[in-house]
Amino acid sequence: MSRRDVIFSALGLAVLWQISAMLLDRPILPAPTEVLIVFFRELGNELLTHFGVSLWRVTAGMALSVLVAAPAGLAIGGSRTLSRIFSPIIYLLYPIPKVVFVPIVFLFLGIGDTAKIFIIFLILFFQIIVLVRDQAAGLPVQLLESLRSLGAGRRAIFRFVYLPASLPAILTALRQSIGTAVAVLYVTELFATKYGLGYYIYYNGSTLFDYPAMYAGVIAMSILGLGMYFAVDWAERRLCKWKFVN
Amino acid sequence: MIQTNSLTFAYPRSAPLFQNFNWQVQRGETWAILGSSGCGKTTLLYLLAGLRMPTSGTVQIDGEQILRPRPRSGLILQDYGLLPWATVRENAGLGLRVRNFYGQDGKHTPEDFQPENNVDHWLNRLGLSEVAEKYPSQISGGQRQRTAIARTLAVSPDLLLMDEPFSSLDAITREDLQNLTVSLCEEQNLTLVIVTHAIEEAVSMGRKILLLGSSPRVFENQQAGQAEYRNSQAYHDLCESLRQELRNESA
Repeated sequence: MSRRDVIFSALGLAVLWQISAMLLDRPILPAPTEVLIVFFRELGNELLTHFGVSLWRVTAGMALSVLVAAPAGLAIGGSRTLSRIFSPIIYLLYPIPKVVFVPIVFLFLGIGDTAKIFIIFLILFFQIIVLVRDQAAGLPVQLLESLRSLGAGRRAIFRFVYLPASLPAILTALRQSIGTAVAVLYVTELFATKYGLGYYIYYNGSTLFDYPAMYAGVIAMSILGLGMYFAVDWAERRLCKWKFVN
Repeated sequence: MIQTNSLTFAYPRSAPLFQNFNWQVQRGETWAILGSSGCGKTTLLYLLAGLRMPTSGTVQIDGEQILRPRPRSGLILQDYGLLPWATVRENAGLGLRVRNFYGQDGKHTPEDFQPENNVDHWLNRLGLSEVAEKYPSQISGGQRQRTAIARTLAVSPDLLLMDEPFSSLDAITREDLQNLTVSLCEEQNLTLVIVTHAIEEAVSMGRKILLLGSSPRVFENQQAGQAEYRNSQAYHDLCESLRQELRNESA
């Protein structure tokens, strides 16, 4: 996906939005031009702070999930015994929509950032652990035996095979999870906070009925998600060069 | 150098592939192991490599019982076993990195191992310098197999174990690499054990041929590796006689 494609798509969507706004002609769907003016005005007010708070929460949740789930996925994928013990547990817990735990997490971890970050972590954790485990378990036997024949024991195989092999799986899991992570971020920011894009969108839309500001918040949230997609793409191009050589 | 003593091996819930199998290989010899599919060729190689353990009996190399991969044995497989995310140079240097990772512990790395970076020498010797910065997916099958050979030779082995290493290559590349392997073994004084299902490969590379089957037999083939041997009558006669043996075996 090139930047040019994204710009053209954004322009196409803006045209569609403009036509819909003109046809509907109601305050609930202001024209994109009006929203853009408010967006840049709000950036000078508090929108940037809300953006920064949301960015911190979602990034912290993602980083935490990679740090915990990737080694766990590698360990489970690389060991039949661990896989026999943990895979059924993962299968039982994976399909449960983690958003249902929001009230319980707030109850245990309080109303601060920790609870919000933990919920994002919880969702990404399962996506990453499953993908990394599958990647580790699916490594060709020949690859592992070649390395063992060179004298590599468990530690060296982990360092030279499992660890680099898990990188693409981690990045794929992150890419697949960004949409969910941003949606969950919105839900968590509806509770017990005065900062974050979720709060900003809800407050302007449902309390102040300031629709142009609400849409400005939606644009900020889209930029947050898009920025994260680009960040993962950038990391993949830097860390997994071999995937792009052909 | 290699000695199997009453070697017996069976996969779980299967008939034994070897029963009280005794075999000896002297240092510097080149052996080809030939046999029909499922006769245990690859298993025997994996037993020598320390990647499988005998059900009973022992495998000894240099007087030492093999209980785990031996640092001085180099194994080269049909599918190369290259890391797809590493360049040719990084793949060729992998064995050295593993050795540096453990240091001279005598278990993963020989106690007298000297960390010497000879990767460029082997890349050059095997004609890989031009593609050193490319990834395995960017090079040909022959170049991948050369990379696997470079990786093994870079750790200065004294025994080369090869499992059908050239079977997926085209005829010309296969012949080039067979000749290269034989000349490298002579040059480095390596002992070679190559497993193959191709009669011509066994006869052109193995000065001794072990034919596995109901009762394993050894064929002498001292002219193997010599120039023009492939075009000689002796070569064709031995191929024909081995072909007949294999036919009788499968009948």
